[in-house]
Amino acid sequence: MSMSNIIECINLSHVYPGGFTAIKGINLKVKEGDVVAILGQNGSGKTTLVKHFNGLLKPTNGTVSIKGIDTAKQTVFNLSSHAGYVFQNPNHQLFATSVLAELEFGPKNQGLSNDEIEARVKETADFFQLHSIINEHPLRLSFPLRKIVAIASIYAMQPSIFILDEPTTGQDHRGAEKIKKFLRKLQDDEKTVILVTHDMPLVAEIADRVIAMWSSEIIKIANPREFFFDLKTMEKTKLQQPQATALSNRLQNRVLNEGITLTVQETIKALEKVVNQQIN
Amino acid sequence: MTKEIIRIENLTYQYAHTDKPALVDINLSIKKGEYLAIIGPCGAGKTSLALSLNGIVPHMTVGEMRGKVLVDGIDTTQTQVRDLAHIVGMVFDNPEYQLSQSTVLSEMAIGLENIGIPRDEMLKRIAEALEIVGLSGLEERSPLALSGGQQQRLAIAAALSMYPKVLVLDEPTSNLDPMGKEEVFAVAARLNQEKQMTIVIVEHEVEVIASYADRVIVLDKGQIVNSGNVNDIFSDIDSLDSIGVRPPQVTAIASGLEKKGYHFKNLPVTLDGAEATFSDWLKQDKA
Repeated sequence: MSMSNIIECINLSHVYPGGFTAIKGINLKVKEGDVVAILGQNGSGKTTLVKHFNGLLKPTNGTVSIKGIDTAKQTVFNLSSHAGYVFQNPNHQLFATSVLAELEFGPKNQGLSNDEIEARVKETADFFQLHSIINEHPLRLSFPLRKIVAIASIYAMQPSIFILDEPTTGQDHRGAEKIKKFLRKLQDDEKTVILVTHDMPLVAEIADRVIAMWSSEIIKIANPREFFFDLKTMEKTKLQQPQATALSNRLQNRVLNEGITLTVQETIKALEKVVNQQIN
Repeated sequence: MTKEIIRIENLTYQYAHTDKPALVDINLSIKKGEYLAIIGPCGAGKTSLALSLNGIVPHMTVGEMRGKVLVDGIDTTQTQVRDLAHIVGMVFDNPEYQLSQSTVLSEMAIGLENIGIPRDEMLKRIAEALEIVGLSGLEERSPLALSGGQQQRLAIAAALSMYPKVLVLDEPTSNLDPMGKEEVFAVAARLNQEKQMTIVIVEHEVEVIASYADRVIVLDKGQIVNSGNVNDIFSDIDSLDSIGVRPPQVTAIASGLEKKGYHFKNLPVTLDGAEATFSDWLKQDKA
């Protein structure tokens, strides 16, 4: 089961009314349980692509299947229990007067029994450590917490796919770390996570696969190590390596033979290894 | 020596209906031509401090202010915001909030019209400012048809056309893609280096600050808790960590190695610095 494709796009194109082709010729398979980062400049088609994963948009050409179901034949409501979408700005998503009501809303709409709703809310509040603020008004929370409540309200619906649009934008370091921690938990839970992001260090730390888009098309699918090492694609898409990667890339020519590193921790280890080899 | 352009004395500001002041006893002197970065966690008071520099705090906010802010010798409490726009240009995090007109040209003209600049002078200033930010030729384009980076550069150009002495940028790139970020930082750096424009920037991207800023002030809970050059500020990792600010990745790498018992004379804060530091270090060990 874990090896099956939970999302499959075949020759997917989307032309908006008015004639603008936002994405074209997209062929993509996402394995269940993968964390996939979709990268590219604004306007490259990232958001249009992911909106096909929960049926907010339907293909104007080609097909999209979620768990083997053709989205063209499904309503957004049916698809929303498979794929949950977390907006970039939590203020666009949150509307209830308490965190509790926010968490209950999705499961209620799914037609669950009161006992089931209660269990879902409890599990979600446990998972995201929300018990202490469960009666607070979401808009009175700090921005980082509001974002977590927005993610939690999607989590309460137990979708198998989480689509997160710029989860770390506007967060300070602590907020970003918190979100990263929850993304790891989702990863451990074998949820499929689709990240649309400009946060390269986040991608380097957490993504299983990178999809790079440029001018409405996918131009590269790779694991982060391959991707951040492919300077040609990086240059074409105007994306940057994380600083740790850029450093190991520069040092590699002179001293490191270990291959490039992606994160701070990896770089520390690689440098230490080289030094120890020299001493011995 | 270098002239002071902004002076803040014992500034405390508390918004109405809040329990705690947003800014507590701020004292700060900013020199002409300086590139100053303000960092700190969410809620530290960074935006309030930025808004106090052009009089939005206290003129357009409700709250109580104590102390003094002098820009180019002018007391902000005694001067209207529109009269301060000649001295301090302001660029916010979301360019869409700042753009209101149907063409780039009219977007640029509106501020100048408001202060009664004659037409010829206006066209001259607009051409100059668009040239500086690299938007010449897009005069008839709708601002909404520009990329995020272009929109933010337009907001900068609009501020520049007022011939300010200081440009204040409040998280100018948080809504931009990597290319847009690069464009905005490059324009700010060029203004600073070539036109000696004073830059005050509120920014979370510490890697960028480390390569551009002359001085960094660290805010936490409304107070300035640290101030110094990029090396002093970013190599003091424990202080940053205690308030929830991360250092540049290369600094974290050097610091991580120090915790394992290795020693560096100085922790690098930029990519170039780190390349030099680690190349030397690895060579030395070999010898």
